[in-house]
Amino acid sequence: MYGYLPMGREERRRMLASVGVDLDKLFDMIPECDRCKVSEFEALPAEGMKELEVVERIQALADKNLNTVDYDCYLGAGYYDHYQPAAVKHLIGRSEFLTSYTPYQAEISQGTLQAYFEWQSYITRLTGLPVANAGLYDAASGAAEAVLLACRDKRRYKVFVSAGLHPESLETLQTYCHAADIEVVVGEIDENGQQTVYPDDSKEYACFMIQSPNYFGIVEDLDLLVEKAHGVDALAVVSSDPVSLAMLKRPGDAGVDIAIGEAQSLGIPTSYGGPGIGYMAVTNKLMRKMPGRICGQTVDRDGKTCYVLTIQAREQHIRRERATSNICTSQALMATAATIWLALQGGSGLLDVAEQSAAKAIYLQKKLTEKGHFRLVYDKPYFREFLIEAKEGVDLEKLNKDLLEENIIGGLIVDGSKLLIAVTEKKTKEQLDRYAEAMLRLCDAQGGK
Amino acid sequence: MSRYKDTPLIFELETCHEGSRYIRPLDVPKPDFAEWFGDAYREGKPNIPDVDEISVVRHFTNLSAKNYHVEVGTYPLGSCTMKYNPKVNEDMAALTGFAATHPMQPDETVQGNLELLYHLEKLLNDVTGMAAYTFQPAAGAHGELAGILLIRAYHEDRGDTKRDTIIVPDAAHGTNPATAAMAGYKVREIKSNEFGTVDLESLEAALGDDVAGLMLTNPNTLGLYDGNIEKITRMVHDCGGLCYYDGANLNAILMHARPGDMGFDCVHWNVHKTLSTPHGGGGPGAGPVGCNKLLEPYLPRPVVAKKDDMYYLDFDRPKSFGMIRSFVGTFGVLVRTYAYMLSNGAKGLYEVSEGAVANSTYLRERLKDYYNIPFDTPSMHEFVMTGEWQKKESGCNTLDIVKRLIDYGFHPPTVYFPLVVQEAIMIEPTETETWRDLDALADAFIKIAEEAKEDPELLKGAPRYTPIARPDETAAARDPILAG
Repeated sequence: MYGYLPMGREERRRMLASVGVDLDKLFDMIPECDRCKVSEFEALPAEGMKELEVVERIQALADKNLNTVDYDCYLGAGYYDHYQPAAVKHLIGRSEFLTSYTPYQAEISQGTLQAYFEWQSYITRLTGLPVANAGLYDAASGAAEAVLLACRDKRRYKVFVSAGLHPESLETLQTYCHAADIEVVVGEIDENGQQTVYPDDSKEYACFMIQSPNYFGIVEDLDLLVEKAHGVDALAVVSSDPVSLAMLKRPGDAGVDIAIGEAQSLGIPTSYGGPGIGYMAVTNKLMRKMPGRICGQTVDRDGKTCYVLTIQAREQHIRRERATSNICTSQALMATAATIWLALQGGSGLLDVAEQSAAKAIYLQKKLTEKGHFRLVYDKPYFREFLIEAKEGVDLEKLNKDLLEENIIGGLIVDGSKLLIAVTEKKTKEQLDRYAEAMLRLCDAQGGK
Repeated sequence: MSRYKDTPLIFELETCHEGSRYIRPLDVPKPDFAEWFGDAYREGKPNIPDVDEISVVRHFTNLSAKNYHVEVGTYPLGSCTMKYNPKVNEDMAALTGFAATHPMQPDETVQGNLELLYHLEKLLNDVTGMAAYTFQPAAGAHGELAGILLIRAYHEDRGDTKRDTIIVPDAAHGTNPATAAMAGYKVREIKSNEFGTVDLESLEAALGDDVAGLMLTNPNTLGLYDGNIEKITRMVHDCGGLCYYDGANLNAILMHARPGDMGFDCVHWNVHKTLSTPHGGGGPGAGPVGCNKLLEPYLPRPVVAKKDDMYYLDFDRPKSFGMIRSFVGTFGVLVRTYAYMLSNGAKGLYEVSEGAVANSTYLRERLKDYYNIPFDTPSMHEFVMTGEWQKKESGCNTLDIVKRLIDYGFHPPTVYFPLVVQEAIMIEPTETETWRDLDALADAFIKIAEEAKEDPELLKGAPRYTPIARPDETAAARDPILAG
């Protein structure tokens, strides 16, 4: 009997015999020519491992990594290491959330459905937009879905996207747009690291899209985006980190039409890039054109308040090739994790996390730049991440390698000459001081000018 | 008293607290944020209530009690492969060495992650007869998109731009035509024959030099293996098209037959179905896509590669069609996948499929005298029966039948799908059910068939013991309330 199967071959044989079926003929519908004839595989062993062996093998792989608990890590660039209260892991680990399917049978899925509804509610409260869906894969595919939505709405096939978008979001969006025959115009950011120049010549764009805080951490001007986009009858789209929305102007309040983003930052482990959870919120007008699952409140036959998947006429299982998207299974459990995180932190906890992240980023940046070793590339307000440049002659690759020796995983090297450094509330003053001291010392050691 | 507690929205549970309970007090100077952010600053606390921890824990625990799940009983949802998710896989994904790695870490600091993915790719190649994999797709439909974009990139690279159509069978999942449309293709639907498989004449008529490819799952959504599969893939190849294997039903054929040997050029996995990663109420899943040598250059970047003894992410892929999400993929889910592959090995996977087909066949044989089975050919991991006899005799339709099943403690099967069968009830028990579990499910279905004759109100009034019953879906869609 193998792995986690409850029945062995002999029992299977007896069971089938009891209804007149021969186990040995069970696969006779597969013609001989189709049968898998390989018996020795390149990698797949014939025998499975016992649980203890699996644990040892996989633990050994995990041990080969340098992790961000043992190492002091300053990487961000779209994925941020915020603290997840213990209760989150315990609650989403409950089999009721973990091992259920998409809630098609509302009667026995009210737990998942109400969690979807609360997630949607939190997203509308954070973004200031009235409608949210139950989640998308991530910010990158969310950016792509947002421009597809804008093109569906405006029936135009040209979009303007800021170079301040995460480069992987930009590349993902370009992949989707290439397939859909949508022209993507990429707008350059200015010397302050912001998107200030927009096309204003024609009404041929379906949308203008920016990211705020952008890839370089800089907070963008949403009012300007909305003024410029609406000025040429285009939709205003913004990708925003949800933690930043605790203290920054909300997209909906600025008049933005579509807000998307990566909600991994709501306490979900970085886990080498996934799973995370993308969000999307829109105006009422765009509700029926949105991609993805949507949960709605209704009543049951006895008039009791309950929740169901709704506005499904948009979706692939009904509309097939005319659906708003092909998305089906998404990231529901991560949406539930983020929902529980928000419930536990509350508004004041979320604000505390956001303020501490920003305060610590500002503290660190000042330490790094005050003696001239590093220079802030864009001197504009940033949220929890900033871009610096070292003095001439400093090899950032070597700098980061030397930092590793001191148990520090340094910032992300951008364009070979700049460092993108992210800070969250988890850092202590001592860690920041130590990192700054090491950076300055190693910079001096390299003799930069 | 109902066994289910009322669960008002979390927003109604507001209590008071100051700042976060979970993080240490600020230990650096607090800047004047109004000055720092200027016009972009928003004063005050976000519009999110503060709730004490025990109220939050009770709220979500009480919510969870309203869910049916694999660990309370059989979940025979056709095409969804709701099998048991081994516990150890959860522990493996949660190891600090994996969970606390950042996607932007330099390759030399994440050799364990990269080795795991590199080895997993080889394992998946072996099982599907493919040459290479991408781990980027986040779920099945996303994998379908990656597969069709591979086909598109191949035709574009050859300058063959007249191909604007993808062929999809009428029994296919809705995601297939939706995917083809997202990839910029027209959809041409072909009919099923009287045995429920691909009608070769219909396929022949659909083929031409405008066809980019075919999307097919085998066995199909009726659980039927298409014995003409090699002929079908050859016909598509002969007209210059490529073949995409929808892996939704891979659980039926592991180590018995391989998509690569059937003639398919690319394939996706729903690891949250076939390879036992939990479904999480609608994700996260992962949809790795494999392809043959022909399509390998077009895979999304990065791919996992090895040089000397070092593993690395290879972004230098000039013919790649690009990325379809950020980073390398849903890594945490892939760790679970890897653990499952290791615990089974080739023989275990062979038995997984044997068990899946045996369990489904057994159920079908036990139910065939009580429910109409539209295709009288042997089926594989799932089968479709219908509520037509009951509808005719008693006026109870498929929905009534499966709602009554809830009263007996089971999750309903997939219903009204595939669209080519009226009153369809699509059952996939999976290999992780015991003989005893299967008998209990069969007994319940048989009892319901009797009840339909004797007391149809039992069915129409179902379900009875659930937190809610028969929600008004029309009202929900007409006047949507989507947030609280």
